[in-house]
Formats: sequence, C-alpha cells, structure tokens
Amino acid sequence: MPETKNLSYAESVNAALRRALAERPEALLFGEDVAAPGGVFGVTKGLRREFGDRVFDTPISESAILGGAVGAAMFGRRPIAEIMWADFSLVALDQLVNQAANVRYVSRGSLSAPLTVRTQQGNAPGACAQHSQSLEAFFAHVPGLRVCLPATHQDAYDLLLSAIWCNDPVIVIENRTLYHAGKQQVQLGGDVQPVGGAAVRRPGRDVTVLTWGALQHRVLEAAGRLAGDGIEAEVLDARWVRPLDLEAVLASVRRTGRLVVAHEAHTVGGVGGEVLAAVAEAGLPLRCPPVRIGAPDTRIPAAPGLAAAVIPSTEVIAEAITKSVRA
Amino acid sequence: MPETAALLAHLESMRRIRSFEEEVTRLRATGDIVGSVHLCNGQEAIYVGACAALDLSRDAVFPTYRGHGWTLACGAPPHALFAELLGRATGINGGRGGSAYLSAPEYGMYGENSIVGAGAPIAAGAALAATFDGSGRVALAAFGDGAMNQGAVHEAMNFAAVRALPVIFLVENNHYSELTPIADMVRVDRLFKRASAYGMPGARIDGNDPEAVRQAVAEAVRRARSGAGPVLLEAMTQRIVGHYIGDAQHYRPSGDLDAALAAEPIGRLARELLGLGVAQSELDELEARVAREIADASARALADPVADPTTVLEHLYA
Ligand SMILES: Cc1ncc(C[n+]2csc(CCOP(=O)(O)OP(=O)(O)O)c2C)c(N)n1
Repeated sequence: MPETKNLSYAESVNAALRRALAERPEALLFGEDVAAPGGVFGVTKGLRREFGDRVFDTPISESAILGGAVGAAMFGRRPIAEIMWADFSLVALDQLVNQAANVRYVSRGSLSAPLTVRTQQGNAPGACAQHSQSLEAFFAHVPGLRVCLPATHQDAYDLLLSAIWCNDPVIVIENRTLYHAGKQQVQLGGDVQPVGGAAVRRPGRDVTVLTWGALQHRVLEAAGRLAGDGIEAEVLDARWVRPLDLEAVLASVRRTGRLVVAHEAHTVGGVGGEVLAAVAEAGLPLRCPPVRIGAPDTRIPAAPGLAAAVIPSTEVIAEAITKSVRA
Repeated sequence: MPETAALLAHLESMRRIRSFEEEVTRLRATGDIVGSVHLCNGQEAIYVGACAALDLSRDAVFPTYRGHGWTLACGAPPHALFAELLGRATGINGGRGGSAYLSAPEYGMYGENSIVGAGAPIAAGAALAATFDGSGRVALAAFGDGAMNQGAVHEAMNFAAVRALPVIFLVENNHYSELTPIADMVRVDRLFKRASAYGMPGARIDGNDPEAVRQAVAEAVRRARSGAGPVLLEAMTQRIVGHYIGDAQHYRPSGDLDAALAAEPIGRLARELLGLGVAQSELDELEARVAREIADASARALADPVADPTTVLEHLYA
C-alpha cells in the first residue's frame, strides 16, 4: 500500500533497502560498516536488526565486496553492495568492468550478475582529493553496466528499487551532501519503475539544461534566478546516464533550440560531451552553440575555497545559460 | 589402494584433455584458431582429480584462462569447445568466450578468467550464496602460483575465512608465472603457508597424481560442506609446453623441461597401471578411442557454420 512519509534523502535510501530486503528474500546487503554500525552516513541504520544475517559487514576489501557480489548474483542472490566512496571503487574496478559487465555477454546469456552497487560521490567542504571525484563517466562508458544518480528524495527511493529489481549490474551513485540536507515528502510502496527515463524538474521554453546528481540543485537555483530576468530554462534531470534518455533530451531541445549540459564531473571525457555529440548526430538545428559545464581539467583541491573554484557554482551555471540564450 | 578401474578412468580423462590440447595446437598452426592460446599440458591430474571429488550438479568451478582442461574435466563436450575456439555458431558460448573466457555452467564450470586471480572473490561470492540458499554448494577457485600475488586473491581468502565460506582455493603451482619463475617473485615459495595467516588450513599436494588430488579435494569439500570454511591447496605440477602457443621457452633452464616430462601425470599413471598388471594393449586401445573421439569432434566443429555477426549486440543486457 503506497504511503507518504516525511524523510531525509538518507532515510529514503534506507526505506528502499528495507523494502527490497522485505520483498526480495534473496536480497543481501553488505559493505564496510553497513551492518552493526548502520553505515558511516547512517543510511543503513536498523537493517541488520531487522534482517539479520542478510545484512553484514565486510573487511575493507573492495575486490572481495564486488567480486563476492558478482559470484553471489550468479547464483540467484540479489546482492546490494556498498562502496563507501565512489573513489574506492577504483581499487576494484576489475570486478565491475571485466567481470560483472561481461558475464552475461560472453556466456551468451547463460550466466548473469544482477547486482546493485550503492556508492556516493562528489565534493563537499573538507573532503579530500581522493574523496571528491565524480566518476559516472567511467561507469557509463562500459557496455553491460547501468548507472543512475538520484538527486531527489523520491528518486533516492525509486531509482534504487529499479536498480535492485533490474537483472543487470547497476551502479547507483548517491551524493553525501544530500543525505541529511532536509526532509521531503516521499511516496513509499508504489510500483517499481523500469530502468531509465529522464524527468523534467522545471519546464521552460528558452533553453534545455540537462543535468544529473547533486549539481541539479544549483541548476534549479540558477534557473529560478534567471526567471526573474525573463529567461525560462527547462531543467531536465537525466537520472540515468546509462541508459541515457536521449529521446527526452531531443524532444526538449527541439522545443527550445538551445542546450546546456551541466555536471559536477570533469568536462573532458564526460557524459556531457556524449550528449552534445548525440544531439549533433541527430541533426537538430540549434539556435546557438551547445555548452558543457563541468569541472575544469584539474584535481580536486582540499581547501574549500579552491574546491569551490573547480565545482561549477550557481553563478557559473546562470552565466552560461544567460550567454547561450542571449547569443 | 584405489580400484584399477578408477585409475583407468582418470587416465582416460587426462588423455582426453591432452589430445584436445594437441589438436588445438594443430588448429592454431593451421590458422583455424587465432590469437593467444594457453594450453594446460602437464597439469591434467589437477583437473581430473578435483572434478572427481566435486558434485558438479551443484558445485561450481572458477578456473583461470588456462581452462580447457578444467572445462573438459567438468564434462563439457569437446565438440562444443572446439567450436568455441574456432568461432563457430555451435560453440559453447557462441563464439563470445573463446579460449580464455569459456563458461559451461550446465557442467558446473562458471567461467575462465583472463584477469589473473579475479575468479577468487567471485568463487567466494558463489560460496556466500550457498550459505543462504541451502544448496550445499562448494565453490572451487583455481589459479596459478603467480596469481597468489594478486590483491584480489588475498582479499578473497580473508573474506572467505572470516565468514567460513565453503570455498576451496586451489593453486596450480607450475613454477612459472608467464615467463618468470615463482621463486624469483616471493620470499617464501611454499605458497600454502599463507593459509595460516588467514586462519584456514593449507597443504601442499602432489598435483601430478589425480588420486592424491581427488583425496585432498574430497577432504576439503567435506570440510567446506560441514560449515568449517575454506581451504588452500597448493598442487605441485609443471607445464610441459610454453606459456602460450608459440612460446619458445628460452627462459627455462636446461634440464627443466626434461624433468617436467619425466614427472608429467599421463606417462606416470600409465606406468603405474602397467605395474598393476594392466595390459599395454588396453592402454593402447584407450588412447586410440580418445584420439578418435577428439578427431571426430574437431572435424565436426570445423564443418560448423561460423558465428553470425548480426547477433553481436545480443545478450548485453537482460
Ligand atoms: C591482472 C593481470 N595481470 C597480468 C596478466 C598477464 N598474465 C597473463 S598470464 C600471467 C601469468 C600468470 O601466472 P600464474 O598465475 O602462475 O598462472 P599460470 O600461467 O602459471 O597458469 C600474466 C602475468 C593478467 N592476465 N592479469
């Protein structure tokens, strides 16, 4: 029975995990500090008590966590593995890229690895160089993987369930700046949605701004400010960067004739470039050159003032949108 | 003392693997098989002994890229494997796996791995699943001596030990990792000793004696199924061929290959059987039967249609 509750983003994730563990007896939840301690961000609180052995703590061994998830998934479990920071997935990328993404294909469908990896990424004040990166383009580059970045409380609940129900390996990238940043009404218990599909967060006629992840909140702030100047930006949340809902992007750009893609990840080699290429390939006539906004080509520095100069700010986003509309 | 019939069965299985590899060598030379191929000649006793101890209707084997022998020992048909290596539509993975990424789950073989050591955590995961599904499954991860230096293997052993997972870590110690002797890469070349650091039993076994391997693996299986957790077995063996087809083996000191040939398991078991009173003619007959089976499987695979390129996008997602 659907019900609505006032929850934080972290509690929304927790509610999705609780539902998955309750409805899918084959679901397992494991990772570093997720069971007894309830997660370093408190996201998995109470689940060990409720579900016992199906929720357990692992050694600090990312290869064992992800490889264990691959093996368990091959044998009918639904592992939900937590990688505490997305940056840490890099020490065990083999298990995602060479193993999980491969197994269905090379076995011609006789094996599969339906696992969910939950992780979080992005910069926050005080985070260090190895705890600040935005890595979705790494994962999105790999055929066989699916990748989503929930940016709203409702999506934190819905997308995670879609991922767990999906029969492919899925990486759900959360953002720790969202976990405890206020509560919202979240509908629980609705139908589990299929994977994919963008969402219009703000309708507008002048320019399409495609975004995903935590940066969306700055994009919406920028769009709100610009409305005062008579610029109506349409904010589209990609949500899934693989599979990317290209149809929704094209439909919006067809109406607005302008495209800005804004993400927190580095611009070079990012998913933004991919979107621009796809729009160009589709041959849509644009009224001005498309724009990518992302982190410049540098490492993420420690000092909050320096990091702020790297991660696109509301001002930078607003300026880029204005320039493209006034071009 | 095991029955002569059981030893003859071991010999036949080992001979099937050897003949398969010899035919692969020929097909690689003719260019029918392309690319890098890693043969397992000389290591057959490990596969045959271990598979005889497993219940492949529920247990799961995760070998390395040197896995033709494992796949055959699990019972996969030679024709489907030849077809796979030849890129035929009838290949056991439709040409998607090839020599180094074969899988045959219907025979308990859950996939070779071309990333050295990567199968160890996956096997631990298969064992993890068994602790929830009541199947009684035991997972066996096989890898080389060189792979023992991979982080994934250490992580898998600790993970399996701390959770008492039913997994057997089986090192095929053929003394070489690619072209480099293992002794040059570790301070302690008794690799099974690492088991004690993780709190699990470890043992060195004669990897050229299928019966010794069978007994050690059977004991490890019994232990794992009882819930007592993982085991590390180090099976001592040797390659009697290069690391890959075409490897001139310049790195092997003189005498090394002769010693390997003297120790290899097929000749050794044949000599043992003759000593037990089995007639030479019976061994010749066995050999001829296997040779016919392999030649026939190869010929049929060569005549099969090549894999259809229009299917290349299939099976990526569910
Ligand atoms: C992670 C990784 N590193 C390097 C290689 C290249 N490589 C292929 S085989 C091999 C040697 C493996 O030696 P060992 O584990 O002893 O197995 P053996 O070949 O003796 O069966 C290496 C280094 C690889 N496949 N994977």
